[in-house]
Parts: sequence; C-alpha cells; structure tokens
Amino acid sequence: MIKARVTVTLKNGVLDPQGKAIEGALGALGFDSIGHVRQGKVFDLELETADRTKAEADLKAMCEKLLANTVIENYSISLA
Amino acid sequence: MKSAVVQLPGLNRDRDMIAALTQISGKVPVTVWQTETEIPDVDLVVIPGGFSYGDYLRCGAIAARMPVMQAIKAKAEQGVRVLGVCNGFQILVESGLLPGALMRNASLKFVCREVKLEVANGDTSFTRAYAKGQVIRCPVAHHDGNYFADAETLKAIEGNGQVVFRYADGTNPNGSINDIAGVINAKGNVLGMMPHPENLIEAAHGGADGRGLFASALDVIAA
Repeated sequence: MIKARVTVTLKNGVLDPQGKAIEGALGALGFDSIGHVRQGKVFDLELETADRTKAEADLKAMCEKLLANTVIENYSISLA
Repeated sequence: MKSAVVQLPGLNRDRDMIAALTQISGKVPVTVWQTETEIPDVDLVVIPGGFSYGDYLRCGAIAARMPVMQAIKAKAEQGVRVLGVCNGFQILVESGLLPGALMRNASLKFVCREVKLEVANGDTSFTRAYAKGQVIRCPVAHHDGNYFADAETLKAIEGNGQVVFRYADGTNPNGSINDIAGVINAKGNVLGMMPHPENLIEAAHGGADGRGLFASALDVIAA
C-alpha cells in the first residue's frame, strides 16, 4: 500500500475570500505579523499498489479529473 | 417542445423547474436520473438548482462526473439546448461544457434576494423574447456564484457575445468578474446562469420576468 497526500491550492491571482477572512481573523486575534493567507485543501489517500510510478500516474489523473479544478486551482502530489 | 429535467441527489429546484416548463410549454418534461446513459429525444435539457452531493469537494464537481453528463455532452454536441440554473450552472462549468469557474461569493455569505439582470445578448435561443440591454428582475439564492475566468477566456467570451446576463445597477450579489450572471457556449446552445428565472414566471410569484427565457428556449414566444 502506498500513502499519498494531494494538496490543492488556488492559483496566484485568483481571489480567495476564505483566505482573506482568515487573514483578517488572525490579525484581529493579535497576530500582527500576519501577511497574506491563502486557503487550500489536503487529501490523504491510500492506494492498494506497490508500484510507485503507477500510483503517481493515477494520482495525477485523479487530480485532473476530479480533485482539482484546473481552471482556478493548482495541485501537488507527495508519496509517503 | 419536449424537455427533460435532470435529477441528482441534493438538487431541490427540480419541481420548480418542472412546474415552469409544464406551464410554459403545456407539456410535462421527462425526468432523467443521474445514472441514465441516454436522454430521450427532447429539444431542451435542464439541470436545475440545489446542492448536488451536498456541495462536497466543490459545488457541482461530483455531479459533473456522473454518467448522465456524458449523455448531456452528446446531446449538446448534436445541438440540443441545455440550460443549467444555479447548481446546474456550476455543474456545467465543472463538466467543461461552459468556460470559467464558480467560486465562493466574495462576501462569504449565502445570498438569497432579488437582483436586476441586464440582457447582454438578446440574440441567443434563450433570450429572443428579451431585447439587448433590457433589465429584468430575477431571484438569486446561492453561496458560490462568483464567476471567474482567466484573462484570455474572459476576452474571448466577451468578444463572442457569450456573456448573456449581467447583474445590473450595482446588484452583483457575489463579486463575479465583469458582473457576469450567465454565459453561453460558443455554439450558442448551452446556457448557464446563477439566477432562478423559474421562480418569476407568474403573477403569484410577484412578476413574470423569467418567463421570456423559457418562452425563448421552448420556442413558444407569443407573436
């Protein structure tokens, strides 16, 4: 079994109102060093295979087909 | 004109849509479940609003990968009209049938109220009953209606007249780019829009401004 983590983030330049709200809330909590905050998503997946090359190819396909909306989001894949 | 209404778990505006289509065309639309791989011979396919799959992952993302969407794509390629309203619009952009993406409202609030819509293109098969520049009333109810397209896509759809509806008079409820409320595909037979024209079609609704959209799409415009 291979464990993988997929991280999906908004592309640069795409407005992230949730990140902005969190940024404001952190500032209001007194974290005066806070700069920009961008919100994303993390997916932890388990794949029933030992073939890392196949796992990477499958994960890329999963990102392209469902996990990320590539119009507005980037994704990165890391294998444990 | 024959029509079909797609049903998916979590959609909740299907009955309103069926009522509108029945009243305006005089024919009860057929309903099509998400697992169907074929759609009957109809002239218009409608994906109504709601919260398919609980809006999990992204609004419309899971619904867009259901088998029925392949059948809708095939119909769209044949030139059959397809209308997506609210969650239906989100499903159409997620499926790639329409350009762009719909993001969380800039206000981060669910918005449920009436807006003004400017008919930016009155020459489509969905808007012939209106005049270009006409401003109509229409209800909205959504959390993720903030339309976005990258600069290149935006230039293309604006240049081609694919922006069909814009929020008018400062009523943009979601921060969408260029006040875009509805877009059509390049071929002109697939329309997606966030507002709900099916909820303003008779006096009991407080107005009938949405009626023209269905009268156009169903080819029942009064002479």
